[in-house]
Amino acid sequence: MADPARPGTRLYRHLIATRLWHWTNAIAVFILIGSGLGISNAHPRLYWGQYGANFDHAWATLPHFPAWLTIPGNYNLALSRRWHLFFALVLAFGLLTYMIASLLNHHFRRDLRVRTADVAPPHLWADIRAHLAFRFHDPARPGAYNVLQKLAYVAVIFVLLPLVILTGLTLSPGMDAAWPWLLDLFGGRQSARSLHFMSMAAIAGFVVIHLTLVILAGEWNEVRSMLTGWWRVPE
Amino acid sequence: MSLITRRNLIIGAPALLAGCDQVARNPAARAILFKGEDMHRGLQRALTDREALAREFAADQRSPIFRANGTRDPSTSEYAALAAGRFADWRLKVGGLVARPLSLTLSDLGHFPNRAQITRHDCVEGWSAIAKWQGPALGAVLKAAGLRDAARYIVFTCADLYGGSAYYESIDLIDAFHPQTILAWALNDRMLPIANGAPCRLRVERQLGYKHAKYLMRIDAVESLAGIGKGRGGYWEDNVDYDWYAGI
Repeated sequence: MADPARPGTRLYRHLIATRLWHWTNAIAVFILIGSGLGISNAHPRLYWGQYGANFDHAWATLPHFPAWLTIPGNYNLALSRRWHLFFALVLAFGLLTYMIASLLNHHFRRDLRVRTADVAPPHLWADIRAHLAFRFHDPARPGAYNVLQKLAYVAVIFVLLPLVILTGLTLSPGMDAAWPWLLDLFGGRQSARSLHFMSMAAIAGFVVIHLTLVILAGEWNEVRSMLTGWWRVPE
Repeated sequence: MSLITRRNLIIGAPALLAGCDQVARNPAARAILFKGEDMHRGLQRALTDREALAREFAADQRSPIFRANGTRDPSTSEYAALAAGRFADWRLKVGGLVARPLSLTLSDLGHFPNRAQITRHDCVEGWSAIAKWQGPALGAVLKAAGLRDAARYIVFTCADLYGGSAYYESIDLIDAFHPQTILAWALNDRMLPIANGAPCRLRVERQLGYKHAKYLMRIDAVESLAGIGKGRGGYWEDNVDYDWYAGI
């Protein structure tokens, strides 16, 4: 049997559930951000609290997002909402399905569990230095995620995506009546709207870093592994 | 591999955005996209309490100024005459699939059991404002008129014109008989101002602002929305593709 650490060895790295969700979610996030920026253009002011309109104090005034960033590529609130509300269902039920599958196939326990030793300062510091040197894989365990990678994925899967979904639900007047705890959790519909925008910005930040690291780690090997599951240990 | 190059990763995004517009122009794809509304409505109706009340707030939680939106004054000669007479000659007609058509004055509305509620108004654009509303429950008025069995929707016709025809909206019977769905004639303890829909507007608290028809003139019970306007249940639904179910 080949040494699993040897460069050039092929490892089966991503399970089918992970791959299916990755691409479904990538499409949903892409469309939700584009259509969300279109919706933002309808009233580009953010407030805290239960209410907020033109006469009230806005803590932030957002820029007008240009047509090349929005879905559709012209100002059309109705169509932006159609895109947004359809893919909101894809995002939410996709995440739910992936979470159930990843408990059953042990992906969370095996690949994403953050151990105490992982977040010990010397280990974290060593991983930061390795990233700065563009080394992303532990030669002894090349198929394992490094700790910064784990923390980023855990933050997106268990914090940012649930946050963006729940704050989005709080914007629905029907859901606020059905689940009034949403208003208590986020401090009101306008606070939820601000948090919805901020969690979107954090997810967009993750996407930029994620794509940058895919390119630095070798884009074809990384993309192929997320399509076929097979990943080649780099030189 | 030529498909995935660094350059394509960067220039691909705007191309994908433009691709979304192509998709939305395809009638079949558009029909799927527009099914999102039915899915949200179906999920909300199936999984949550249909009688759930919208949150009500304390007097000191109200917005300092309640923003008026949409039509600020219908500006027709008929409406101007009604307003000049302080709406003494205004009559709200209740008809369609009812056993006893009604013609109600403002004081008739006051004689029904009235409900006062401090609720949040959510505009489709994203802003919210909180105010106190008072009026009879729509359900009580419909019971007085006696809905026929065939009735499925309640249609509201307004005094303000958009492109020459009256603004209108519609809701189903679940929202029509919801206890917070009222025909409001007072805003923050004063008679409803013209900018906010005098003399009477709908409050349907679990839906977005455009459903809250202002300047009410007629209420009709109908079996189907086909044949009214362009058949999609409201002015904005007919003309710019807003969702008919605006609880999302």
